[in-house]
Amino acid sequence: MDEPAVSVRGLVKRYGDVEAVRGIDLEVARGETFGFLGPNGAGKSTTINILCTLVEPTAGEAAVAGLDVVRERAAVRRRIGLVFQEPTLDGPMSGEQNLRFHGELYGVDRRTAAARREEVLRTVGLFERRKDPVSTYSGGMRRRLEIARGLLHSPQVLFLDEPTIGLDPQTRASIWNYLARLHETQPITVFVTTHYMDEAENCDRIAIMNEGRIVALDTPEALKAQVGADRVVVATGDDDAAIAAVRREFGLEAGMHDGAVTISVPDGAGFVPRLFAALTAAGVDVRSVSVTRPSLDDVFLAHTGTTLRDAEARGPSMHPMAMRMRGR
Amino acid sequence: MTELREPLRVEAVRVPESGLATEARAAAVVWQREMIRFVKDRARILSSLAQPLLFLFVLGSGLGSLLGSSGSGVALPTFLFPGVLAISVLFTAAFSGISIVWDREFGFLREMLVAPVSTTSILVGKAVGGSTVATLQCVLLLALAGLVGVPYDPLMFLELLVLIFLMAFMICCLGLMLAARLKQVQTAMPMVQLIITPLMFLSGALFPLGNLPTWLTVLTHVNPMTYAVEPLRHVVFSRLDVSAADLARYDPGIRWGSFLVPTWLEILLTIAFSALLLALAVTRFRRTE
Repeated sequence: MDEPAVSVRGLVKRYGDVEAVRGIDLEVARGETFGFLGPNGAGKSTTINILCTLVEPTAGEAAVAGLDVVRERAAVRRRIGLVFQEPTLDGPMSGEQNLRFHGELYGVDRRTAAARREEVLRTVGLFERRKDPVSTYSGGMRRRLEIARGLLHSPQVLFLDEPTIGLDPQTRASIWNYLARLHETQPITVFVTTHYMDEAENCDRIAIMNEGRIVALDTPEALKAQVGADRVVVATGDDDAAIAAVRREFGLEAGMHDGAVTISVPDGAGFVPRLFAALTAAGVDVRSVSVTRPSLDDVFLAHTGTTLRDAEARGPSMHPMAMRMRGR
Repeated sequence: MTELREPLRVEAVRVPESGLATEARAAAVVWQREMIRFVKDRARILSSLAQPLLFLFVLGSGLGSLLGSSGSGVALPTFLFPGVLAISVLFTAAFSGISIVWDREFGFLREMLVAPVSTTSILVGKAVGGSTVATLQCVLLLALAGLVGVPYDPLMFLELLVLIFLMAFMICCLGLMLAARLKQVQTAMPMVQLIITPLMFLSGALFPLGNLPTWLTVLTHVNPMTYAVEPLRHVVFSRLDVSAADLARYDPGIRWGSFLVPTWLEILLTIAFSALLLALAVTRFRRTE
């Protein structure tokens, strides 16, 4: 039981000349919520598709629940739940019929199937709507039903590929609520890809992927600590004097961002009283001070040299497979 | 949202390893979904009956008056009856097979193909579902037998239904094979025009296979549909009271040169074509997904 839920060694996937995944190593422990973060085309979806046995790797090895994803494909499939980027529900069938279909497809024991259906429907708050056709559900409800369906056959690992894409912020938050709640009742491993930084904060550990490689892998806290600096932003009556005072007193190079003096320091909260004293002594009028902890955006920037938004906008790094999936 | 904080029971379910029983259950539930859709879609049932009825009564009566003076004992609608059953099956079953493109468009195909069961089970479930729908629609047409001078013979109906089911299965597999590479629903309709309609005209559903020009004989003989239509006509004509001359004229059977293909071989060929088309469909689906 101590083998990792997901274990990946030297994984490579090439599509013709394009190398979508360029040799990644990874281990996810049982019960962990693991986030896979990166811009579109970074290789996240390809990696998750390999782990789900939908795509065969060009080189390297991957095991899920201790089983090889190429050699023991069917056995892996029985032990994983899948929630895809694109919807995969049958609109004319009701929520419950969709689940029943899934249970039969996965050979779920009929004696416990009904109880299990009720349980997963309640988990995602859809029990009251179970008889309605899925075509009458909202986007968020459909996503929740897909999560319920992914859980129906009691998988060891639940894979979610961009589960919140195209949903409004409130619905996104509620989906994460449901995901977080899974751990309260079952020892499930959750493997999720996202390109929303704020969502990655919900994970136990995250891997940042860029251009087919994992560029950072740790807990969100540790990753942010690696970036180190807090950001202290001061609004003053005389910015030039303030910058000069900071250089003189602390040997730090302050910059101007969005019309305010910005200083990067390891311990922002401890720095503020000293800064205040130094600026007052220099006769600079301080109007407001704020301290920001580093965000995962800063982490991404530190590891890739570009912000996530810029990486996203660059677009063409997207590999052909991703474009095909999108074209559907 | 109110039940969000309710405590949960954990009902872990057991998922068995692969086996024939698991595969059969998967195929059965795919079949069941086709039935659910059929029952919900009454408009489809009615509209799919329109075409065979037009062929039977409008074409049959219209052309029948033209040929009326030929002095034969078989009215055109009677002759057309088995052919019209075949045409109804052809379009219903082909549509059922091709409808998997809609499943792809709406993503549900993915849910089916990522399950821990073989692609074959999924496609067999789909094809048996389509065949059941096509056969059920023919039951409605069979009820009209008396109107075109075909006797209500229970054994004949049973034989016809079995043959209809076999033909439908073959055509469903053909539809699935054709749909395997289609990414968009729009491309499905030209496919029907381009492939299914010629199959209808070249199958002998609308005319007897004897005394055709050589090129047409060759085309009908390479059409799998031909071998599924002829047994239907044979079963109907064996219950009709017609002269030997009329039988030779209206139900000459399929002749490879001078060899008259027996009905059992025609049925065997239909089954063989089904297996071949199913295998092709499975291969093509495996390669695309």
